[in-house]
Amino acid sequence: MARVGATAPSEALICLRGVAKNYRRGSEDLHVLTDVNLDVDRGEFVALMGPSGSGKSTLLNLIGGLDVPSAGIIRVAGDPITSLSRSKLTTWRARHVGFVFQMYNLIPVLSAFRNVELPLLLLPLSKAERRERVATALRVVGLDDRMDHKPRELSGGQQQRVAIARAIVGDPTFLLCDEPTGDLDRHSADEILDMLHHLVGDFGKTVLMVTHDPRAAARAQVTFHLDKGELS
Amino acid sequence: MRFLPLVLANLLRKKARTALTAASFAIALFLFCILVTIRASFNQGVDAAGADRIFVTNRTSLIQPLPLAYRDQILKVPGVQAVSYANWFGGVYQDPKNFFPQFAVDKDTYREMYREFRIDDAAWQSFQSDRTAAIAGAALARRFGWKVGDRIPIQGAIFAGEWNFLLVGIYEGTKANDDLTQFWFRWDYLNENLPDGYPEGYVGWYSVRMAAGADMVEICRRIDERFANSAWETRAQSEKAMAASFVKQMGNIETLMLAVGSVVVFTLLLVTGNTMAGAVRERTSELAVLKAIGYGDRFVLGLVLAESLAIAVMGGALGAGLAKAFTLAGDPTGGMLPVFYLPDAGLLAALGLSVAVGLFAGFAPALAAMRLEVATALRRL
Ligand SMILES: Nc1ncnc2c1ncn2[C@@H]1O[C@H](COP(=O)(O)OP(=O)(O)OP(=O)(O)O)[C@@H](O)[C@H]1O
Ligand SMILES: [Mg+2]
Repeated sequence: MARVGATAPSEALICLRGVAKNYRRGSEDLHVLTDVNLDVDRGEFVALMGPSGSGKSTLLNLIGGLDVPSAGIIRVAGDPITSLSRSKLTTWRARHVGFVFQMYNLIPVLSAFRNVELPLLLLPLSKAERRERVATALRVVGLDDRMDHKPRELSGGQQQRVAIARAIVGDPTFLLCDEPTGDLDRHSADEILDMLHHLVGDFGKTVLMVTHDPRAAARAQVTFHLDKGELS
Repeated sequence: MRFLPLVLANLLRKKARTALTAASFAIALFLFCILVTIRASFNQGVDAAGADRIFVTNRTSLIQPLPLAYRDQILKVPGVQAVSYANWFGGVYQDPKNFFPQFAVDKDTYREMYREFRIDDAAWQSFQSDRTAAIAGAALARRFGWKVGDRIPIQGAIFAGEWNFLLVGIYEGTKANDDLTQFWFRWDYLNENLPDGYPEGYVGWYSVRMAAGADMVEICRRIDERFANSAWETRAQSEKAMAASFVKQMGNIETLMLAVGSVVVFTLLLVTGNTMAGAVRERTSELAVLKAIGYGDRFVLGLVLAESLAIAVMGGALGAGLAKAFTLAGDPTGGMLPVFYLPDAGLLAALGLSVAVGLFAGFAPALAAMRLEVATALRRL
């Protein structure tokens, strides 16, 4: 079960030890994260809550290898990603992380199909294999009939589902979702949460989700709170 | 190749902007190609000049004559193989606007001297037998619709009077840049019908062919030396040097081209740079997402450069293609630019220029895209 505060080494899928993140703003240091210790096991659905500006996105970015901590170590499946170079980290992200953002962040000029295909273009796959995988991913999110639609021809909830398909198409080690339902009405939000639930329950995916919505957090197996740089 | 749809989709994102930028490339490169063509036209004489030919004129000025008697003396200079001569006629055909060069040439030696022009034997035979015979370049004949057998009246300007010629032949070139707008008639005909006040037995210039392997500088020096301190001193120079000094007299087209060219390139850089900077700016979050899902910095750099390059090459190719089509229609000035021909090297230069400008203009925006920090860029959303 996911836990915080452990300092001894662990076998968890995601393991943070003594992670800190400071930003310089003008002349003063902003300590966003001070000493975060977190373990998440494979196949867990973890929610992360906290006031605005508490550092939830910062923490997610660190775990996803989009940013590097000021101190501490992050291991994923045993590999210390904090010691990877910038370009190695990029390759690592392609293999291990699926991102879902609040604003969906699809490429507006590409069809749903092409958007979902993007991560696969980096892999040594044939066109047929890519097509097959994209179709599967879109089927999982229930949008296989919307493949050729551009993002603006889809509702917010549908766009977010395309984003989820894009996140899972490469079969990543875990998913990071930063307020995936933050911009959606309740009905669409429930659909997205059902989908994440389904990915964890039926496909054994590991999901870390930041949310402001207690109802969304309730769908997760564990919820942690981030406040004043610390996780509880 | 698998990334092509992405590049294409980006290009089509703002069709008007892409089209406008490509259009400015097309216009600029069209202009560039026309300038290259004009330059090539000016330099045509230099390019077409025979490497083994020497041009001998009066030292005082090109328009002063030389005595025909020099011919035999030049032939005696060691290394000289053949000598021919001609005179500038400068007449008017129907209207002063119909300019083309007319030469009174030596009927015996001129064809042999200018082997780059092809005249069939029958025509050359007629040229020998009829005193009023004339031969026209193929482009010239085409321009006025002349056929062999036509009578061509030319109003003398330097040599006053109405001159009538019988067109007996049409000459063709052997290279794309050969001048096919000349009009030749017989020097002896001119000499026998000179208006009052013109002394007989003078030529405008001598064309001298040197023997293979001879030293051109040395021959020029010997010719000039032979006639030094005479009433008609000579200036012997290679035909290329002669043609080059002619180009210089036409004004500084090179400087003009360079100036126009630089302005055009500079403007293109600004336009394209601005387009690409805008493209990168408005796509910050998309580029950040690409990086987040595993696209490397260098890929993003390449993506922006590819887009910039695609616009440049499409526009540039369009402009160069239009220019080529335009030049194929022939000299638009009606005789001022006898050889209006866009050389392949010019086309290549145009394409090279497009590529260079495309890469250069795209470089700063591409670098900005490459340096984009994902975490920061996503925050700015
Ligand atoms: N690149 C940066 N430079 C300076 N300060 C930053 C930077 N990134 C984040 N911060 C600061 O760090 C703090 C945490 O930001 P973060 O985005 O992680 O908060 P959050 O918990 O995700 O908030 P929200 O719920 O509003 O999304 C904020 O005070 C923010 O201003
Ligand atoms: Mg946030």
